[in-house]
Amino acid sequence: MAEAPGRAAVAEKAKAAPKPKIKPIEDRVHCWPYLVRSEYVCSIIITALLMVWSIGIDAPMEEPANPTNTPNPSKAPWYFLGLQEMLVYFDPWMAGVVLPSLIIVGLMVIPFIDINPRGNGYYTFQERKFAVTMFLFGFLILWVSLIVTGVFLRGPGWNLFWPWEVWDPHKVVALTNVDLPYWGPFKVLGNPKIFDVELLGLTLVTLYLIVLPVAFWFWKSKTSPILQELGPLRYGIVAFLFLTMMGLPIKMVLRIAFNIKYLWVTPWFNV
Amino acid sequence: MIKRLKDLKKTILESQVWRSMFRHDYADTPRNRTLQIMSNVWMHLHPPKVRRHAIRIRFTWCMGGITFLLFLVLTVTGVVLMFYYRPVAEYAYADMKYLQFDVPFGMLVRNMHRWAAHGMVITVWLHMFRVFMTGSYKSPREFNWVIGVILLTLTLLLSFTGYLLPWDQLSIWAVTVGTNMARATPLLGHEGPFAQVAGVTPRYDARAFLLGGTIVGPPTLLRFYVLHCIFLPILASLLMIVHFWRIRKDGGISGPL
Ligand code: HEM
Repeated sequence: MAEAPGRAAVAEKAKAAPKPKIKPIEDRVHCWPYLVRSEYVCSIIITALLMVWSIGIDAPMEEPANPTNTPNPSKAPWYFLGLQEMLVYFDPWMAGVVLPSLIIVGLMVIPFIDINPRGNGYYTFQERKFAVTMFLFGFLILWVSLIVTGVFLRGPGWNLFWPWEVWDPHKVVALTNVDLPYWGPFKVLGNPKIFDVELLGLTLVTLYLIVLPVAFWFWKSKTSPILQELGPLRYGIVAFLFLTMMGLPIKMVLRIAFNIKYLWVTPWFNV
Repeated sequence: MIKRLKDLKKTILESQVWRSMFRHDYADTPRNRTLQIMSNVWMHLHPPKVRRHAIRIRFTWCMGGITFLLFLVLTVTGVVLMFYYRPVAEYAYADMKYLQFDVPFGMLVRNMHRWAAHGMVITVWLHMFRVFMTGSYKSPREFNWVIGVILLTLTLLLSFTGYLLPWDQLSIWAVTVGTNMARATPLLGHEGPFAQVAGVTPRYDARAFLLGGTIVGPPTLLRFYVLHCIFLPILASLLMIVHFWRIRKDGGISGPL
């Protein structure tokens, strides 16, 4: 029995070693019945609600399709009104194609650019302030509020109407929007162009999308551990997505407050 | 009498037919609780046990589950609608009217299909919202989040293609507005940037490909019907299978460790 003391020593060591982090199995509950029964009750409630709703409210059905009679306003289904609303501020190639694609791609890359290991599997704001703020801003402030505007506040001619206002199809809204080179102080520059591309817009867009993030990187990356951990590639993606997202509120403010239509006109596209 | 019933129950539960279908007993033992899940093809989407917090409504809001439930409701009601609906411009609208006024419970089925579709768009957004707020996309669940984003896109496309099928004013104009943007696709749309470079024309660009013509017309109806009833649902089902499988393989519902 020479082993006996050895065993005791091992047991002693095991006791002293830090406990593994995995939660004890007791903290698990049987799916049957604890989970299955909630799912069952939940299904019944949802199905009942849906039935009652469907008995009470009929799905819309208008006159037969008539390609010669365009309703005013023509609205996309409500879940796409955020995109339709963006058309007010951007040309269709941006609002209808580039931005939606970027939304989808941007959502997909979230797990790969958010490298903060905390806040995995529980609700917290403190431990991931930037991520949560960005998401709430994009989802609630931009996406949901644009949909609400599109559904409730847009009338004929895609003009803004308050819900209590009558939709007047002949409402006249003065079109005073001008492009940036013809606006206020920028007029003095006389809109210089190279190969028909406006230089003012080119400069601004380059400043915003390239110079600004690069400068920020060189300014901060030495001192910010977060930036160092992100690395240039992830940082670049984050910065690009962030600045593109902020492009929408920026254009909204420019349009609504300053009547500026395009920042940059080129022969191929306008921003 | 009661003894008779008990005997009958015993005979049934021990019969070869019954035992061939159900492999577990009914006594409330841990073994049976596990078997109820494991030996049932539907139930075994679940693991035998989950972490205690995962079954709290407060944690998941049950939103993924509700989305799936609505998808199932849509499949069932959708199949019923398909019995009565022909995706042909001359018939589609009339078939809808017939469904509403002459088919027993036709209106109810149509309403349920419509409202469940809207509901699914909302619940899938809320599900994504919950998954974000709990940080559940973080390692090791990154890939399941990506699958989720594709499912979200498919849900929107399913809703959108279905919107056209009643073939009324609401549907063709909503789809016209929605698909007009495809004109402006860079390179691929005839009004998009660099269209001249790519040489696309109104009759030959991304939008014409989508619509089967230059306007939302009968070919569009057929295309959207096929997408709506066959292509997109199959694709979405496949991805849901992957989604659910991944939840298990990634260690079940996320939680603080
Ligand atoms: C057709 C759409 C979808 C269905 C039917 C579905 C279904 C589910 C279900 C039933 C769960 C289990 C937990 C729960 O109920 O919350 C789940 C978890 C999950 N879903 Fe989805 N989902 C869908 C779309 C999405 C979307 C749009 C995303 C994200 C963009 C997503 C990401 C995830 C992730 C990461 C988990 C794991 C969550 C965790 O472990 O806490 N899913 N999904």
